[in-house]
Amino acid sequence: MGGPSSQAITDFLGEAEEIIENLNNDLMVLGDCAESGTCEPDLLNRIFRGAHSLKGLSGMFGFDDVSALSHQLENLLDSLRLGKVALSNDLVSVLFDGMDMLTRLVDGKAENPDFTSDLNPILQRIESTLHGNNSAGDDPFSDYNVDPEILTILTEYEEHRILENLKQKKNLFKVKVDFDLCSFDQDLGILTDLLKEQGEVISTLPSAGDLTDRIAFQIIVGTDKDADEIVQLLGRDEATVESAVGGNKPAPSFQEVALETPPPEVLPPSVQQPAEPAAPVSARSISRTVRVDIDKLDLLMNVVGELVLSKAAITRVCDRLKSEGSRELGTELQKATRTLERRLEELQKGVMEVRMVPVAQLFDKMNRIVRKVASERGKQVSLEVNGADTELDKLIVEDLSDPLMHIIRNSIDHGIEPPEERQASGKQGKGLIRLSASQKGNHVVIEIQDDGRGIDPDKIKQKAIEKGLVSAGDKLTREQIYDLLFTPGFSTAETVSDLSGRGVGMDVVKNNISHLSGMVELDSTVGAGTTMAITLPITLAIIKALIIKVCGNTYAIPINSVLETIMVEPSAVRTIERKEVIELRDSTLPLLFLETIFNLSDRSRGKNRFFVAVVGFADKKVGIVVDELLGQQDVVIKSLGESLSFVRGIAGAADLGNQKTILVLDVGGLMSEALRGDSAFYV
Amino acid sequence: MGKKILIAEDSSTMRSLIGSTIAAMGDYDVVEAENGFEALRILPREMVDMVITDINMPDINGLELISFIRSNDNYKSLPLVIVSTEGSEKDRQKGLALGADAYLVKPFVPEELQNLIRKFLG
Repeated sequence: MGGPSSQAITDFLGEAEEIIENLNNDLMVLGDCAESGTCEPDLLNRIFRGAHSLKGLSGMFGFDDVSALSHQLENLLDSLRLGKVALSNDLVSVLFDGMDMLTRLVDGKAENPDFTSDLNPILQRIESTLHGNNSAGDDPFSDYNVDPEILTILTEYEEHRILENLKQKKNLFKVKVDFDLCSFDQDLGILTDLLKEQGEVISTLPSAGDLTDRIAFQIIVGTDKDADEIVQLLGRDEATVESAVGGNKPAPSFQEVALETPPPEVLPPSVQQPAEPAAPVSARSISRTVRVDIDKLDLLMNVVGELVLSKAAITRVCDRLKSEGSRELGTELQKATRTLERRLEELQKGVMEVRMVPVAQLFDKMNRIVRKVASERGKQVSLEVNGADTELDKLIVEDLSDPLMHIIRNSIDHGIEPPEERQASGKQGKGLIRLSASQKGNHVVIEIQDDGRGIDPDKIKQKAIEKGLVSAGDKLTREQIYDLLFTPGFSTAETVSDLSGRGVGMDVVKNNISHLSGMVELDSTVGAGTTMAITLPITLAIIKALIIKVCGNTYAIPINSVLETIMVEPSAVRTIERKEVIELRDSTLPLLFLETIFNLSDRSRGKNRFFVAVVGFADKKVGIVVDELLGQQDVVIKSLGESLSFVRGIAGAADLGNQKTILVLDVGGLMSEALRGDSAFYV
Repeated sequence: MGKKILIAEDSSTMRSLIGSTIAAMGDYDVVEAENGFEALRILPREMVDMVITDINMPDINGLELISFIRSNDNYKSLPLVIVSTEGSEKDRQKGLALGADAYLVKPFVPEELQNLIRKFLG
């Protein structure tokens, strides 16, 4: 076998990223622990195992730099979990920096396997942290009379946990149980969870039971409770609890505390209930997941899309059959097509669901950004997260990361004031950023709200006038003014910070989001803070679309943004402030003429009645003027490709299934242009 | 049907790496367990001829798995190889004391593992 294949390397990088992601999340919790001074042993051990796996893995792939760094981190974490070094803020920051370097290495290798970086500074910092406060003791178990039989099977870490429990004067018990072989993982899970509520589960040792269809476990647990309490808690006839220490500690030496009252511990098997009916069957999952390359899902999605189109073709044949004679055959085919349609819908839904991930991952990442940026800018900021279990298409979640990061950096940079300034204006010294996600129909709304100084509309207008974006005489609504922030080249910060500045502004954020067929809005109150709302479709790829015809051209409008379609007499159109509008149930609906926007030549609408497709999200609505409504259809949106990505107002192209390709309108983009009143944005 | 080797290892990449090393030999089937629990479930269901295990795994770790296998009449003669990183020297010694037949330190050369498998399974 030669070097690892490129597929293996891709797998490695995937797993490495996942490990690092988890490590980062756990480190954040560890950071909080360092502040409060207490730490969950499970957490430490998990972090240690993460670094350990990474070391082993990267070594196998010959990535010596990743291996060396994770090895050093592992050493430090090992000392930490074994109590040889103390947990401190400094130590956590060394770990974070180490993790940053690992991320950089792994990201770099994704581009080029030979990528590396100078590790010496970080390795030395780890080294000095390791030897800075070394407080190791020798033969720790000599003071305690721990059952030697147990010690032979414990890992070094488990030994350490036993000692810690003894030092804290906890009781140490061996809980012996046996379970049916068919369901032991669930039963053991329930029992372990129960025990964890009472203390720490240090070790779970399986052993052969007397019977072939059962398996026995000896669980070592450290707890404040005494044996009777544990017995009562477990409420299992077949469990025994005995002390794991003989000697100077609580229970008299090796005295067996028989559990539970009269019946002896071993019941005939026929009497034993395989599972306690009373105990809730927890769905303890032993991670039954597979990692799949998103490209494979894309491919699958595409195939489903093509199938949906083929189905449309069959439906057309079916209609022709029915109208052109073979009525019977047509009806039969129609039935068959319906069944196919239902199954297809299920398949489509299934594939969609696979692609859905909770935004929690994304939000966790933002949590890190907030910490990092806040500490770099000398500000105090806490992040509150709501609706992290809201689900979105994996690709959308990924593409959302950059814009979201940018918005949050902006908030901390320009929104949240320094602590002194906040206190002077009667606020708490610590700023708050609230990140929330919620599903509204076919859309997900992500809100980023800060309680900073807010954005003054007058200042924005002033700046826009200076930059020649608007003229002093223009009357602009609040919304229009805030929209100026998204104009290319607009930046109000006096000094460009290296964090949110970098020459890219909110226009990039907006562009990124409209590529996802989403919309971004901003509202702000001076002195009280700023809220940004991003509205996104739950998924891209296959959509139901309304097919329309304007001036001889066919377009598709994603149906989830169409609120209704109405028929309008030309006489109903009025002009207000140079904009054409109609009255719609006591409100004014601005009209959008695609022929003006896309510069279409044929403008033969004349005095005929026409249709208006009312599109919008929430309370923002626009009417797209349409000559003909051709019906509803499932379409697979395909991107126009890099070279045409500058075309605004178009989300992509779609195949209608009859070898005709049409353009899909970017409703979000069209609307924000229309609401701003600028119709000359086509290129 | 070839002989069957159980791999207990929590890293999926490491599992597939060991798996493909074994697959390259051609004669053996592989069953994978991503932790000690799964290994315990698999043992009575599949006729396993050899076990390769990591030590650091969540919940039921490699040492506990080894101790179980060696104390169970059905499995106690199974060849058992530890695959772990060099940091866990002490743990590895315990594994050998509990009855593991051999150990490999990660990173290892595929041939080392293949030689061990040939030695135990012929």
